[in-house]
Amino acid sequence: MPDAAGSPGAITRGEVAHLARLARIAMADDELDHLAGQLDVILAAVARVGEVAAADIPPTSHSVPMTNVFRPDEVRPSLTPAEALAGAPAAEDDRFRVPRILDEEL
Amino acid sequence: MTTATAGLTRLTASELAAALAAGEVSAAEATTAHLDRIATIDDRVGAFLHVDADGALAGARDVDDRRARGEALGPLAGVPLACKDVLTQRGVPTTAGSKILEGWRPPYDATIVARLRAGGVVILGKTNMDEFAMGSSTENSAYHPTHNPWDLDRVPGGSSGGSAAAVAAFEAPLAVGTDTGGSIRQPAALCGLVGVKPTYGGVSRYGLIAFSSSLDQAGPFARTVEDAALLHAVIAGHDPLDSTSIDAPVPPVVAAARRHDVAGMRVGVVRELAGEGYQSGVEQRFREAVDLLGRLGATVVEVSCPHFGYALPAYYLIAPSECSSNLARFDAMRYGLRVGDDGVAGVEEVMSATRAAGFGAEVKRRIILGTYALSSGYYDAYYGQAQKVRTLISRDFAAAYEQVDVLVSPTTPTTAFRLGERVDDPLAMYLADLATIPANLDGGAAMSLPCGVSPADGLPVGLQIMAPALADDRLYRVGGALEAAYVEQWGGPLATKGPPL
Amino acid sequence: MARYAPVLGLETHVELGTASKMFCGCSTKFGAPPNTHVCPTCLGLPGSLPVTNETAIRFTVMIGLALQCEIAPWCRFARKNYFYPDMPKDFQISQYDEPLCTDGHLDVVVAGEAFRVEIERVHLEEDTGKTLHVGGATGRIHGATHSLVDYNRAGIPLVEIVTKPVAGTGAAAPEAARAYVTELRELLRTLGVSDVRMEQGSLRCDVNTSLMPVGATAYGTRTETKNVNSLRSVERAVRSEIERQAGLLDAGRRIVQETRHWHEDSGTTSAGRSKEQAEDYRYFPEPDLVPLAPTREWVEQLRAGLPELPAARRRRLGDELGASAAELAAMGNAGVLDLVADTAAAGAPAAEARNFWLGYLLQKANEAGLDDPAELAITPAQVARVIVLVAAGILTATLARQVIDGVLAGEGDPDDVVATRGLQAVSDTDELGAVVDAAIDGQPAVAAKVRAGKVAAAGALVGAVMKATNGQANAAVVRQLILERLDGGG
Repeated sequence: MPDAAGSPGAITRGEVAHLARLARIAMADDELDHLAGQLDVILAAVARVGEVAAADIPPTSHSVPMTNVFRPDEVRPSLTPAEALAGAPAAEDDRFRVPRILDEEL
Repeated sequence: MTTATAGLTRLTASELAAALAAGEVSAAEATTAHLDRIATIDDRVGAFLHVDADGALAGARDVDDRRARGEALGPLAGVPLACKDVLTQRGVPTTAGSKILEGWRPPYDATIVARLRAGGVVILGKTNMDEFAMGSSTENSAYHPTHNPWDLDRVPGGSSGGSAAAVAAFEAPLAVGTDTGGSIRQPAALCGLVGVKPTYGGVSRYGLIAFSSSLDQAGPFARTVEDAALLHAVIAGHDPLDSTSIDAPVPPVVAAARRHDVAGMRVGVVRELAGEGYQSGVEQRFREAVDLLGRLGATVVEVSCPHFGYALPAYYLIAPSECSSNLARFDAMRYGLRVGDDGVAGVEEVMSATRAAGFGAEVKRRIILGTYALSSGYYDAYYGQAQKVRTLISRDFAAAYEQVDVLVSPTTPTTAFRLGERVDDPLAMYLADLATIPANLDGGAAMSLPCGVSPADGLPVGLQIMAPALADDRLYRVGGALEAAYVEQWGGPLATKGPPL
Repeated sequence: MARYAPVLGLETHVELGTASKMFCGCSTKFGAPPNTHVCPTCLGLPGSLPVTNETAIRFTVMIGLALQCEIAPWCRFARKNYFYPDMPKDFQISQYDEPLCTDGHLDVVVAGEAFRVEIERVHLEEDTGKTLHVGGATGRIHGATHSLVDYNRAGIPLVEIVTKPVAGTGAAAPEAARAYVTELRELLRTLGVSDVRMEQGSLRCDVNTSLMPVGATAYGTRTETKNVNSLRSVERAVRSEIERQAGLLDAGRRIVQETRHWHEDSGTTSAGRSKEQAEDYRYFPEPDLVPLAPTREWVEQLRAGLPELPAARRRRLGDELGASAAELAAMGNAGVLDLVADTAAAGAPAAEARNFWLGYLLQKANEAGLDDPAELAITPAQVARVIVLVAAGILTATLARQVIDGVLAGEGDPDDVVATRGLQAVSDTDELGAVVDAAIDGQPAVAAKVRAGKVAAAGALVGAVMKATNGQANAAVVRQLILERLDGGG
């Protein structure tokens, strides 16, 4: 689990492993270590954003302010199952075939 | 290839369009000439990931047929174009420069691609790029690096390196790239081209494989300002399929490009985008460009944008955060690579193994960084704070635009660096975007215009021009005027002054 | 149970009845062949983008207004990031800290008392695809060799309605939960925003349950129970979970914070994913969408255009039917108020209509396992006809039930059933005469009373005749005959 917010110090292999798990990317120990080192450097650089006193500043999530962009509730043509499944790694009965899901309700 | 057809590849898009309209040459001939050029030199340049000869020729013949029937055609009908492999093109391999999408053929066209097709533009193929648009040299492509036509040992810039190289090597007069932190402008600068990042929302993102949704924007590469304007006008405009696209007319970029006049315009030099890290050759050409603007009748002042120093760190929090979410869909379930599905492994294992095998190091680095910045306990300090810094940067721009019509800076701190020089130092690579990132965070329009070669190494230098949102035409007005003056000095566009390939 | 105070939290997901999906134009029609209602956007293809369905916003605001919520003047969608095969983008577009509607309430009746359920929030999100698990027993995940995914459902607009902690229901907690979901469903149906069919998944309910030892000040650990697919299941699942937790606490054990799965057949819950380590969803505002800013003017227009809501409608019908508060509550709880009203409108006296629907018809509905008496294969008009036939003496109470059975069995209208089955009450005085005489002879003491003027005593004789005729005698005629025979000598 990550350190408490804002606390300085090197990012550990354990933290990177947790992030890799959240991001579903398999990583060996040496890769985790290498990445931890690189992330440390990057994080030190980007943490600069904390130097700016921005308590009363609203965050931007869109650079050009717009609101209420909608489409009418109308049905449009869909893809055919063949088109939808064309790129599928595996398909069965017009459905996407996926590996078994483990660790669910018992 | 005959001399006549070889000459076709030296024409600007505007010249070629005129020749096509006048019936002096057919679209099929023009396309063939460019395909031949690609076949001759692309093994050394590496601009393309996929050349769609059949599709291109079919498109060209269709234009010729329609012209023969007397149909009214768009201003670029029959002109060839190279398209960055980040835009979906129906039935054509689209990889985003990644192994995870190797062989994927989209079932739909990006809106830009549909507009190009409707305009009769001939798409020659898909160009190389840094994987998922993450990089500044195109060395992060999972397939092969691209070489700068000005010096094949050097990078063309990134992430739209393939598009830039294709135009600089005369494989196409036009190309489309995308720019999230400078990925059109910086390659344009390194390759001696005109490259434009339109106002955010000015060009549809439907079909643009997303890297950082609030920053990505597609735009034109060309050898001249007018060519870039012509392409800009074809691809831009509101798209109901993109909620963030702006519902307003496309700014009058073509007319602006042809004006060749900056009298009375106020130009601001951004104090913070200079100094340490900027090569002296780059700064020299930049100052000369600014002086030239003064002589052409513009008023030049220095402006300060005090928060621009925070642009790079803010960007390297916002973009990875958005990309960590945008790239989650590459999970081996519906398309793309699947690794490790032996009938026993569970879905989580297959997802993780696939993403480990399918993503390159830079992509993984940014996904992990972004996951961290968004994670519980860190959101406020990192992503949340970066979005506030973004507001401050926008306010700097707004304040500056009260005093001036456009802002200028060098596009990128250095000329083209050598292949392999920065691959092991991510932070050094990130510094290439120092001057370009602010405009992405602000959402305004920005252009890189060739302003000469560096006296130190003879490599192209780019001048960056920035304008407020929806004022893209100001870029073309300034660019067009400067280019006209340069062409007088140099005898032709900078792109024609590179070493022959 | 008196040792613990149950605290509930109900999260209800409602599939909106829009024609197209939340963020794309694919059809939402139920039951289509797999992957025929998909497009780049709802499949999450690289490069695809969402565009918000205007009707979905309108429906959500209507729900918020009907629940007396505040409608946000400005809010955004957010990305909820997690990986699962039924998630096309591996994030769900939802709302996080800026829901469209907040702070409302829904009044229900529990054990005859009015009870207010506070609503925390109403927000919009998109539904996921559907997964079939192949290879294991009974199609469950456990033991499956692989799964098959159909994305037709992915992207259908989903409204999530979350209550604030529901406390103070005491032993009536299971009924309170059911009453809330019942009333909510009725509200949504009235608004016309969803077909709210729990069996089709357009209304889904997750129940959070915790127990607070009486006298404690902090809430206990809660569990979340999923797979609650009917109103009856809501009540049973809450009861089951309260009992389970009480048992654990009594034994000095602790409650594990987890998701539990309700099993209809066994009437129990089983442990699912542990929620001890909550998933980090890394919410952030959805950059591909722009904020929603419903104008106050538009909101007021919607408010003015809302249909008559169930609570108001019930009060009005109650007045029209002349029902007391208790009668109204009884009809409401049984879900028969509209049926009674329609039956009365078709010509039956209100009281009779009420009696039939609360009596025999409700019994038939329960026997058939129907959540909703309206699903019975008999219409209010048909019920009214039966009532009229009884009033006319053509049917007795017993015969009326047989006619109803016939209609339910599909034998046609009441008159058809009467004719086919020969259920007409016997009114022929000649036919009845012998039976009446036999009854009088059989109860000389009663007969004497009647002769003496105690007319009310005739009831016992009427009863005897009814019994002798298996309920097929016209009671009014029988009574008349008895009085005639016993009046003035004979």
